[in-house]
Amino acid sequence: MNETISFFSGFNVNDFWFMGEAALRTLWISALSISIGAVLGGLFGWLLHEGKLTATLTLAPVLDIFRSVPLIIQLVLFYNFAPIVGLDLDPFGSGVVILTIYTAALVANVARGGIEAVGKPMRRAARSLGMSYWQDMRYVVLPIGGRAVFPAWVGVALGVMKDSALVSVLGYVELLKASQILITRTQEPFLILSIAGAFYFALSFPVSRYAAKLEQRWAQ
Amino acid sequence: MIEIRGLEKYFGALQVLKGIDLDVEKGEVLSVIGASGSGKSTLLYCINGLEPIQKGAVIVDGTDVHAKGTDINKLRQKLGMVFQQWNSFPHLTALENVALAPKIVKGKSRAEAQAIAESQLKHVGLGDKLNVYPGALSGGQQQRLAIARALAMEPTYMLFDEATSALDPELVGEVLDTMRLLAEEGMTMICVTHEMGFARDVSDRVAYFHQGVMEEIGPPEQIFGDAKSENTRKFLANVR
Repeated sequence: MNETISFFSGFNVNDFWFMGEAALRTLWISALSISIGAVLGGLFGWLLHEGKLTATLTLAPVLDIFRSVPLIIQLVLFYNFAPIVGLDLDPFGSGVVILTIYTAALVANVARGGIEAVGKPMRRAARSLGMSYWQDMRYVVLPIGGRAVFPAWVGVALGVMKDSALVSVLGYVELLKASQILITRTQEPFLILSIAGAFYFALSFPVSRYAAKLEQRWAQ
Repeated sequence: MIEIRGLEKYFGALQVLKGIDLDVEKGEVLSVIGASGSGKSTLLYCINGLEPIQKGAVIVDGTDVHAKGTDINKLRQKLGMVFQQWNSFPHLTALENVALAPKIVKGKSRAEAQAIAESQLKHVGLGDKLNVYPGALSGGQQQRLAIARALAMEPTYMLFDEATSALDPELVGEVLDTMRLLAEEGMTMICVTHEMGFARDVSDRVAYFHQGVMEEIGPPEQIFGDAKSENTRKFLANVR
């Protein structure tokens, strides 16, 4: 009797859980990067707005680089060259650092647009009531400008969540990497990529629906 | 009392105020008239420190507005200002618009701030619009909301910068009525205006500005009936 050894085995329930866990890792790395990146981007946007010449000469070119160079190149370069300067981060850490800076670079312009969406007359009206600069920023500029650029910010957030798939090149087992592993074993790329796509959709759709609802409420 | 001494203001190389001297007593209503670009709006911005000045001084109740150590945010609480564009905060209801500054600037409790806001909105005739967002109000109502918002800070002086210029003609009356009401209540007011009827009927004095200079100032009957300056007479002949 001849026994054959099979290198490949079919997709099973455990694989589905494996993908589910990977989707959570995608969610985690995205949520972390988008949150920190949004705060940092808000700060950069404010610097670009207020700093004028200094910020234009120093910060703007750096942000331009992070916005323009493909994310995959940034990830590979950072992961391989950061240890030279003593930053020995694992794939997750490297992914978070680069995704955060990338998000911040994109959000900076959105944030600057938000601040500039609140016109000088509105800000003067706020200041004429005795509000300080920071009270004006907190109670007038942030809510009005924030709402004006909210759709753009959601666009950036959803984009970064999908772009987080690129962290797979560093070996971090997020949704795409998990799919690649399973495809190699099961040889069922169509099924697995469809499931991965469904997971990405499941992560993005509630965010975009919730955002649309918020916008609708604000428009009233 | 507002004392303005030798006030000069430049925008780049352009001098828009060329040495203004003016005193405004408490309880007085002063209307400032003049052609566009004569510096009358800039005067108001200089009075509450929204624009820096290059020479001279603006002194409000003994405090130099533009001096280095002046707490301008505190001083502005005395100087309510209403702009040509009402600039109501679109994300807040009428009540919240008016209650915001008393709450965050004066540190009033939420309940106190809302009580002040409610009473000021009733004062300007918007008692039935407390929970309405500005987007659902007409221009005239939004301008009255802006007046209520300024009044909620309990200012000593009110500065009106062409408060009716951006309104449709049929909405001008309601805003002017509100301004008349304030004048009757004894509020000290400086009104930059193109409404000659208002200037003539309500003001104690009228100042005519021409190319950055206060060409003439006097009681309305003198300015409108017997102006001394040729420029004043020409201006009034054109706007009548």
